[in-house]
Amino acid sequence: MYKYDNYDQTIVDERVAQFRDQTERFLAGKLTEDEYRPLRLMNGLYVQRYAPMLRVAIPYGLLSSDQLRMLAHISRKYDKNYAHFSTRQNVQFNWPALETVPDILADLASVEMHAIQTSGNDIRNTTSDQFAGIAEDELEDPRPYCEIIRQWSTFHPEFSFLPRKFKIAVSGATDDRAAVKVHDIGLYLVKNDAGEVGFNVIVGGGLGRTPFIGPSIRPFLEKQHVLSYLEAILRVYNRFGRRDNMYRARIKILVNDLGKEEFTRQVEEEWSHIKDSVLKLDQKEIDRVKGFFTSPDYDKNAADDKSFDEAEKSNKAFSNWVKRNLFTHRVAGYKAVVVSLKAPGIAPGDATDEQMDHIAALADQYSYGEIVVTHDQNLVLPNVKRADLFSLWEKLAEKNLATANIGLLTDMICCPGLDFCALANAGSIPIAKQINERFDDIDYLHDIGDLKIKMSGCMNACGHHHVGHIGILGVRKKDEEFYQLTLGGSAEKDACLGDRLGPSIAKEEVANVISKLLDVYVEQRQDEERFLDTYRRVGITPFKDRVYPKTAVKEKAYANN
Amino acid sequence: MQIIKDKKVCDDDWVIVRELDDAAPIPEGNVILPFSYWQANREELLKQDSAHAAWIDGDIETKELSGELEHFSIIGLDFPAFKDGRSYTHARMLRDRYGFEGELRAIGNVLRDQMFFMFRCGIDCFEVSEGKDAEEALKSFNDFSVRYQAAADDAVPIYKLR
Repeated sequence: MYKYDNYDQTIVDERVAQFRDQTERFLAGKLTEDEYRPLRLMNGLYVQRYAPMLRVAIPYGLLSSDQLRMLAHISRKYDKNYAHFSTRQNVQFNWPALETVPDILADLASVEMHAIQTSGNDIRNTTSDQFAGIAEDELEDPRPYCEIIRQWSTFHPEFSFLPRKFKIAVSGATDDRAAVKVHDIGLYLVKNDAGEVGFNVIVGGGLGRTPFIGPSIRPFLEKQHVLSYLEAILRVYNRFGRRDNMYRARIKILVNDLGKEEFTRQVEEEWSHIKDSVLKLDQKEIDRVKGFFTSPDYDKNAADDKSFDEAEKSNKAFSNWVKRNLFTHRVAGYKAVVVSLKAPGIAPGDATDEQMDHIAALADQYSYGEIVVTHDQNLVLPNVKRADLFSLWEKLAEKNLATANIGLLTDMICCPGLDFCALANAGSIPIAKQINERFDDIDYLHDIGDLKIKMSGCMNACGHHHVGHIGILGVRKKDEEFYQLTLGGSAEKDACLGDRLGPSIAKEEVANVISKLLDVYVEQRQDEERFLDTYRRVGITPFKDRVYPKTAVKEKAYANN
Repeated sequence: MQIIKDKKVCDDDWVIVRELDDAAPIPEGNVILPFSYWQANREELLKQDSAHAAWIDGDIETKELSGELEHFSIIGLDFPAFKDGRSYTHARMLRDRYGFEGELRAIGNVLRDQMFFMFRCGIDCFEVSEGKDAEEALKSFNDFSVRYQAAADDAVPIYKLR
């Protein structure tokens, strides 16, 4: 993974000093609350419903075991012994005291971490595929480009006060595991007819109140132009993105208002001026950064192991976990292991200090000391030998980290919701709990198979509900929590937004309604169809009829007239 | 009034004229005029022998000034609020694209913690907000000794030095 040199370390150290000074000036009354707010926000510090929340950047989700141990230490020393991993591959602490935040940042800097641009109207953490570097379907490792973008965007003098926040995702694989098309800028590594690798540039995707799947504005961009092209896009956005209404300020609105053609024309025009400037990347620099993302020294005999097959045959619980929590590795005899942070009764994405220490130790023992945060709020140990899988599973199970539910109904994406967030209209975590209590039969969950439930406590859509196979959106009616369901969304290469099922439902009904939807699926599915496939084939009507029988009759009668 | 210029605190007698009807008579003294007024009274103003100065906000495109730059010794860039970052792009366009070599002065809500970014975009002069300590604000130029990107201050990105 990327290692800081003196330059990188100096920047994070100086940031700690700067934020310490800003916080001291605030505490001494030299900065007003209004003046301090944007400064703390540029450092990931929010003031939430009950306490401040500090968001720490995990560039493209990649952590070393030492970094994970530091997160455990911070949660112990400054917080309530746990941390929350977010859909942007970051980590959040929910209870730090404001005056201790400079110390937390200093601790983070000691392990090459920071909270720079984890909030504010600036370029946020660049996210990527959790299986980058090890996936079989990968054209090229996207992480060197993420790191190049991280450095370019850090304290960018021109783009630190944009109309709104700005998120970039990069994927190098055939399957999109990074929700690229719902980012402000999404980059897919692709090959052109001449066999060169470059980027397909997607702009203007996003969720929130006005969701869009982003269009491609340049199907092939040579690698050395990636920064100049990003700069051209950002410059058009900084000049012309709306600033009069924060809900209309994201780049997706600009792209949609101008139209893809006109937006592209403006970007290309701007780009023509700066394309061959100092922004043009040297191949030497690309190679230098690539040099940090090398493969470990894999065991050539790893595939010879026989113990794994035997354990799988003889142990049902292990075999369930094998079915769901392993991902194919490009090297024979290795697997990527998904550590589930979705055990029943736990807020999705939360890990305790003990669990983090435990995972760090297991990463050292079994996976070359690296851990990856996934955008669906789990952790990955990317390089585990077949022969080690059984003992790893046993050890994960000791700390409640071996729930065999990856990609299943209970592997929900969930925002912090009303329990923590000042913006939320409704709870998310209690709904996750309700769903977990209702669907606690592992055989049933495995029978239902792949199902992405995504849940947000308000229309800002931090839980990506629009692109869930089943999306759940918390709303508030007469001071009570209700939930609006959508069906058929996807955040992958076939990205699309879910369709609204019908009127919102009462809080206590959510699990019941999901159960009805699953009944329809089980009745209708053919062969190996996933829930999403069946939905796409049969449409929304049978699901609607089951959940809202009377309304459905009325609507039909109306349609017949 | 006090301003910060070339990273030093100094006194200055330029007055920013915030609002001025296009038909109003030309004000006396060293004034930074709204660019729209300057445009409307261009011929009259160019007859005068003194230095010219105008300011723009985010609604105007720098392209509109690009043919007139030789006339200005100062261009003011308005920062009406912390969140309005359009003038950062203005500064870079005026310096990098149009080659303006005169003074770029940040006016409006100029906050100490943003001066580092403004300076990097090519702004070399800063109006000091009322009640703020200018000497204290100078420290912010030293917030970061390392900068990743090339901008108006650094000709090459840091990676070229690695």
